[in-house]
Amino acid sequence: MIRDPKDLKRYEPKERANHWVVGISFILLALSGLAFFHPAFFPLTQLFGGPTWARIIHPYLGVLMALSFLALYFRFAHLNKMTPVDKEWLGKVGQMVNGDDHNMPEQGKYNGGQKVMFWAMAICMLLMAVSGLLIWRAWFGFDITLVRLGAVVHAAAGAVMIGLIFVHVYAAIWVKGTIRAMWYGTVTRAWAKQHHRGWYRQMTGK
Amino acid sequence: MALQSLDIKQRSATTTPSPSERQTVEVAKLIDTTRCIGCKACQVACMEWNDIRDEIGSVNGTYNNPTDLTSSSWTVMRFYEKENSSPFDLEWLIRKDGCMHCADPGCLKACPAPGAIVQYANGIVDFHQENCIGCGYCITGCPFNVPRISKKDSKAYKCTLCSDRVAVGMEPACVKTCPTGAIMFGSKEQMTEQAEHRIGELKGRGHGKAGLYDPAGVGGTHVMYVLKDADDPTQIGLPASPTISALVSVWKGFAKPLATLAMAGVALGSLFHYVTKGPNEVSKEIEDEIEKEDAQ
Repeated sequence: MIRDPKDLKRYEPKERANHWVVGISFILLALSGLAFFHPAFFPLTQLFGGPTWARIIHPYLGVLMALSFLALYFRFAHLNKMTPVDKEWLGKVGQMVNGDDHNMPEQGKYNGGQKVMFWAMAICMLLMAVSGLLIWRAWFGFDITLVRLGAVVHAAAGAVMIGLIFVHVYAAIWVKGTIRAMWYGTVTRAWAKQHHRGWYRQMTGK
Repeated sequence: MALQSLDIKQRSATTTPSPSERQTVEVAKLIDTTRCIGCKACQVACMEWNDIRDEIGSVNGTYNNPTDLTSSSWTVMRFYEKENSSPFDLEWLIRKDGCMHCADPGCLKACPAPGAIVQYANGIVDFHQENCIGCGYCITGCPFNVPRISKKDSKAYKCTLCSDRVAVGMEPACVKTCPTGAIMFGSKEQMTEQAEHRIGELKGRGHGKAGLYDPAGVGGTHVMYVLKDADDPTQIGLPASPTISALVSVWKGFAKPLATLAMAGVALGSLFHYVTKGPNEVSKEIEDEIEKEDAQ
């Protein structure tokens, strides 16, 4: 599947598969979770075989997402350490969003925005997993105050996470030539030089 | 169960008005704890009328039997032994526990399933198990720890205040059977008057702290108690000032519509960003540089 042998390998097959497991479970969780979030979304339960099935399936999907995200976390956490350059990048993010990346500092494999996304997702995942267990009545029966707190945290972290994923997906659509990295793992050298010059140098030695 | 289909005041997870053309009198059950002898006839009548049988449990050394509300025991007598300061002064307090039928029901507020919980114009809060999804949010919302999820079918159950009997002009089964007249039923107004009369009597007999339990924190209830010591309802297991937990109000109140708008805002914002700013493509300049490198 390599169109140009000089394309740069950004993701290994197992990394891509891992990302897709997280992605699919997230989409199913968001659809079933929104159904219980507000009545306007309740018809989404029909996608899962009805409202009771949606209630039964949702937490098991949650376990799948939590475990697969944990694997993803260990794969990528070391690449997401914040550096002073990332902070500079974040300071100038307004220009980037405005469509001008000329003043942006050189970035490694991930830019400051991607790193913030990574850590924000990690925190939300942790909150979702813990609060989700608190309100999973099929298996657990925690103290009522903890369950109430769990319900609020679960709803709030879920809403934040859906917002973050919108940004994550849009960023991939906006930056042309990105999505192929998720499908088959490679990007063009031009893409890497433009968006992640530090990583480009590291990969090509130029 | 939905005999009262035209007089629904509130319906769970429903944002438009429910059928409410018919107006009915607000009802209430008044439980006079000072006249209760703990015979459990109400428990039996409840089982009989609703035709439900709990599993046979074990005796835990007290009169509490069953020891707690369950999905098939919608009312239980709770016995409390209160030792007073003077020696040999032991009080045996008894309360019939069950759904309080709050005017502002926390269960209904928390429920995500449309129509699984309804409140009729007469004030009765009823669960419609055919719409229940078994999430247990009603338990999370209830300030009185009343709903129970069935181990058999994972649906939530509780006292219906015999909504089926009340709909056809009868009193609840527990009221009908109570041998001492400790459980009374009528309009909320009548029951409040009745309670005042009884409280006056009790005060006249030296029970200065007698009073009515109709907690304002949940908008009042459609099951009220006459208490001998109304200053401390906790001694018979009632919360002193029950309200829907602030956590539940935030969770099910203003936050969700706002969060929904915010999520929609992010999605639409992204779309319009693309439309107004255009895609972030690799510049021609860099593509040319790479091409030049390859040509060398």
